Amino acid sequence: MSPETYAHVSNLLIPTATVIYFLAMAAHALEWSLGRTAVANAAKADSKADALVASGSATSGVSGGSTSAALVGSTPAVAGSTTLGSTSPGSGSAGSAGSTAAAPAGAASAGDSASAGSASSTSGAGSERMEAASRVGLLLTWLAFVLHLGGVVTRGLAAGRVPWGNMYEFSITASLAVAIVYLVFVQRYKLQWLGLGVTLVVAAVLGLASLALYTPAGPLVPALHSYWLVIHVSAAAISGGAFTVGGLVSVLYLVKARAERRVLAGGTMSASLRRLPSAEAMDGTAYKVLAFAFPLWTFGVLVAGPIWAEYAWGRYWGWDPKEVWSLVTWVVYAAYLHARATAGWRGRRAATIAIVGWFVFIFNFVGVNLLVSGLHSYAGV
Amino acid sequence: MTAVKDHVAAPAEPPPALGFVGWLRWIWRQLTSMKTALVLLFLLALGAVPGSLIPQTSIDPIKVSDFLTAHPKLGPIYDKLGLFDVYKSAWFSAIYLLLFISLIGCVVPRLGVYLKAVRARPPKPPRNLNRLPGYQRFTVDSADDAVLEAARGELRKRRFRVESYDGAVAAERGYLREAGNLLFHFSLILALIGVALGSLFGYRGTVLVVVGNGFSNSLAQYDDFAPGRIFNEDDLPPFTLTVKDFDVKFQEDGPQRGAAREFNASLSYQETPDSPEKSYDLRVNHPLKLDGSSVYLLGHGYAPRVTVRDGNGQVAFSGPAPFLPQDSNFSSFGVIKAPDARPLQLGFEGFFLPTAVIDQRGPVSVFPDDLNPALVMTGYYGRPSAEDGKPQSVYQLDKSKLTQFEQNGDKWRFQLAPGQSINLPDKAGSITFDGYSRWVKLQVSHTPGTDLALAGILLAILGLMGSLFVHPRRTWVRVRTEDGRTVVEVAGLDRGPERGLGDELQAIGEALKPDRSSTQETS
Ligand code: HEM
Repeated sequence: MSPETYAHVSNLLIPTATVIYFLAMAAHALEWSLGRTAVANAAKADSKADALVASGSATSGVSGGSTSAALVGSTPAVAGSTTLGSTSPGSGSAGSAGSTAAAPAGAASAGDSASAGSASSTSGAGSERMEAASRVGLLLTWLAFVLHLGGVVTRGLAAGRVPWGNMYEFSITASLAVAIVYLVFVQRYKLQWLGLGVTLVVAAVLGLASLALYTPAGPLVPALHSYWLVIHVSAAAISGGAFTVGGLVSVLYLVKARAERRVLAGGTMSASLRRLPSAEAMDGTAYKVLAFAFPLWTFGVLVAGPIWAEYAWGRYWGWDPKEVWSLVTWVVYAAYLHARATAGWRGRRAATIAIVGWFVFIFNFVGVNLLVSGLHSYAGV
Repeated sequence: MTAVKDHVAAPAEPPPALGFVGWLRWIWRQLTSMKTALVLLFLLALGAVPGSLIPQTSIDPIKVSDFLTAHPKLGPIYDKLGLFDVYKSAWFSAIYLLLFISLIGCVVPRLGVYLKAVRARPPKPPRNLNRLPGYQRFTVDSADDAVLEAARGELRKRRFRVESYDGAVAAERGYLREAGNLLFHFSLILALIGVALGSLFGYRGTVLVVVGNGFSNSLAQYDDFAPGRIFNEDDLPPFTLTVKDFDVKFQEDGPQRGAAREFNASLSYQETPDSPEKSYDLRVNHPLKLDGSSVYLLGHGYAPRVTVRDGNGQVAFSGPAPFLPQDSNFSSFGVIKAPDARPLQLGFEGFFLPTAVIDQRGPVSVFPDDLNPALVMTGYYGRPSAEDGKPQSVYQLDKSKLTQFEQNGDKWRFQLAPGQSINLPDKAGSITFDGYSRWVKLQVSHTPGTDLALAGILLAILGLMGSLFVHPRRTWVRVRTEDGRTVVEVAGLDRGPERGLGDELQAIGEALKPDRSSTQETS
C-alpha cells in the first residue's frame, strides 16, 4: 500500500476507535448508574416491603465484592433474600469492609440486608444488568483497542517512521498506552471497575487529538531522527499510561475510602461503590501499577532522554521546560514510593501524591507543549 | 521494615533538653528521617518549577532582559531571589545538597544494618503464630521430624533461607529487596557525583562558521562560551576544522512544507596541528568526537556576500556577513558595517530573503530554501569616528551617530538580486550583492562524568527493580504431638507489600500433608 492509503486507513480507524471507546464508556456509565438505582431502590425497599427490585450487590467476577451486605443497612440478612448463592452470612459488622476482601471472588455475599425481605425472583436483576454492562464495556474496549492499534500502526507506516513525531501522534500513541496498560492489568489485578475512567480518558484524548491536534502524516524534522527517540518516547508513553491508570485507581481509592469511613460512621454505600474492591486492595493495586511505571520512567526520562538530547542538541540536560517537568514528575513519584514506605503516609496521602503526579505528567504533556516554548515543542504541534 | 520504622519513629521524638551535642544529634536525626526526605523531595519538585516558567539566563538571556524591561518592579525582585537562574541559585542548591546529605546519612547506617541482617539466621518463631497475618493449622499422622524435614525441603525449594529450631523451622527470603534499595540510593549518589563533575570541569561553546571558512579551537574564536566552575583554558583540545560544504533539504509540499528534512555539513579537520587531515559528515544526531570534546551541528543560515565601495571608489567592505534567521522561512536579519569608508562611514541593515515575494507587508520570504534570493536593505552614513574600543555586536548597527539615507524625501531602500549593484544616494558610494554563502552554527562541548552518571542511573534502575519487585517474607513451621497425632502450624508474614501470602502458605501446608487424613483449620 502507498503511504497515502495507510494515512487514509489510519484516518478512518482512529475516529472509529474513538466512537467505540465512547460506546464502551456509555456501557460503563450505565453500569455505574445501575449501581445508583440499585441503592435508590433499596432505600425504597426499606420503606415499601413490596418493592420489586432488590439492591443488587456484587456477584461473580468482581474481586473484593464480598464487602456487601452489612454496608448498606443495619438489618441482618433475612432468609430468602439471598438468591445469588452467598457463602458468607452477610451479617458482618460494617468494619469488615476491607478485611473480607480475601473471600474468593464469585462467592460474594448477595444477601443484601437492605432489601429486608423484599426478595423475589427479580432480586439481583440490577446486579446482573450491571455485570452485563461491565462485560459489554470491556468487550467494546477490546474492539476499540484493536482499531486504535491499527490506526497507530498505519499512521506509522504512512509516515515511514515511529508514530510520535508531533502532538497528534503522541496523543494517539499515549492513549493507546493507557489502553494497553489497562487491558494488560485488567485480568491480573481485576480492574474491571476501572473501565469507566479508562474509556473516558482514552476517548477524550483521542477525540481531542482528532479534532484539535490533527496533522497529516509527514516525515520528521531531523532532530527527531534517532532510535533513542523510539526508546525514549515509548518508555514515556507506556509509563504515562501506567501513571494514568495509577491515578485513576487512586481517585477511586479516595472515593471508596471515604465511603468506607461513612459506613463506619453508620452511613450507606451505593451498589456501584460496593462493587469496587476494598480501599486497601485498591491502594495495593495503585502501588503495583506505579511500581511498574517508575523504573520505566526513570529509564525513559533520565537515561534515554538525556542520551538523545546529547545527540540532538549537544547537551545531556539543559533545564528545558519539558526536562524540568519530567524531573518533577519523577521526583513526585519518588515521593509517592517513600510515602508508601512511611507508616503515617500510606493510603490517603499516598493516593493524593499519586494523583498530583498524574496531573504533573499531564501538564508536562499538554501544558508545556502548548504554553511554554522550548526545544521540545513539536513542529506544527 | 524495621529500619523504616526507625526512620519513621525518629521525628516523633521531642527535641531534647540536652546540650549542644544533643541538639546536633537531634538535627541529624531529623535530617536523615524519611519524612524529611519526603519534604525535601517535594521542595525539589516545587523549586524546579519556576525555572520552567520564568525565562532563564542560562537558556535565553535575551528573554530575561525583555522580562526585566517589561516588569521594572517585579524584575529586580525576581533577580534577587535568583529566579532567572534557578538551577544555580543558592536556595535550589541548598535543597539538593540537603537531600544529598540526607541520602548519605540515611543509607550509610542502613548498609551496616543490612550487612548484619544478611548474615543473621532467620529468627525463632514467635510464641503465638496464630497472631501473624498468615496462619494455618492442621493435624497429620506422620512423625514430627518427618514433617520438619519435609518443611525444610519445601521451603528451600521455594528459595527460602532455612534455619532449624527445637520443634520448628524458620525461613526467610527476599534479602535482595533491601540490597536493591541500598543499591538504588548509593547509585543515585554516584550519578549525582557524575553530574557534579560535568558541571565543574566541563565547558560548552558555540561558534558560527561561514561555509568555506575554518575554526580553530581556542577561547578567542568562540561567539559564546560557558565554562564549568573549574574549567581551564589549557583543557581545550587543539583541533582545527574547515566547513567545506553544507547541504540542506526542505520538505517541498504538504502541510509541513518548509520543514527541514536533512542537514549535512562536510568538514575537514585535524586533531592537532601536526595530525593528518580527515573528513567528516556532521549531521544532527551525528556529532564529531575529538579527544573528549564533541562538535555538534546546531543550526544554519545565510550569509550574503557584499562589496561596499565608498565615495572615493575604494572597497570599504567585502565578504560574507552572517544574517540571523527570524522565522521558519529564513527571512534573515543582518547588518553590514563599513566604518572605514571615506569621506563618510557607511552602514546597512535589512533582510536577506531566500525566496523573496512582495506582498502587502512588503518583501518577505515564503520558503526556507534559496529559490529566489534577494537582499532588501536600507543604508546609513555618518562622520568617520575613531574606534572607541567598546565591543560591538556584529549583528547590530549602532545608529546613534548615523543618519539614514533619504531619496526624494523618503527613506532610501533597495532590493538586489545576486550579481546586481546599486549606487548610494548623493554619490556616497555603491553596494554590490555578489552572492551568498550558508553558515552553520557549531557547538563544541565537553562533559566529563557522564559515563559515571549513566552507570549510576542504570545501576539505580537495577536496584530499583530489586527494591520494588522482590518480596521479602518470613515463614515458620512448628510441630507438636497431641493425642498421638502431629499438629502442624504454618505461619508467615510479609516484610514488604503483601503479595499472595495466603496462597503460598496454603501450598506449603499441602506439601506437608502426606495423605488426606489430615484435618485443617485456617485463619
Ligand atoms: C533523590 C532522592 C531520592 C529518591 C529519588 C529516592 C527514591 C526511592 C525509591 C524509588 C524507593 C523505593 C521505595 C520502595 O521500596 O517501595 C526508596 C526507598 C527508600 N528511601 Fe529513598 N529516595 C531518595 C532519597 C532518600 C533519602 C534522602 C532517604 C533518607 C531519609 C531515603 C530513604 C529511603 C528508605 C528508608 C527507603 C526504603 C523504604 C522501604 O524499605 O520500603 N531516600 N527511595
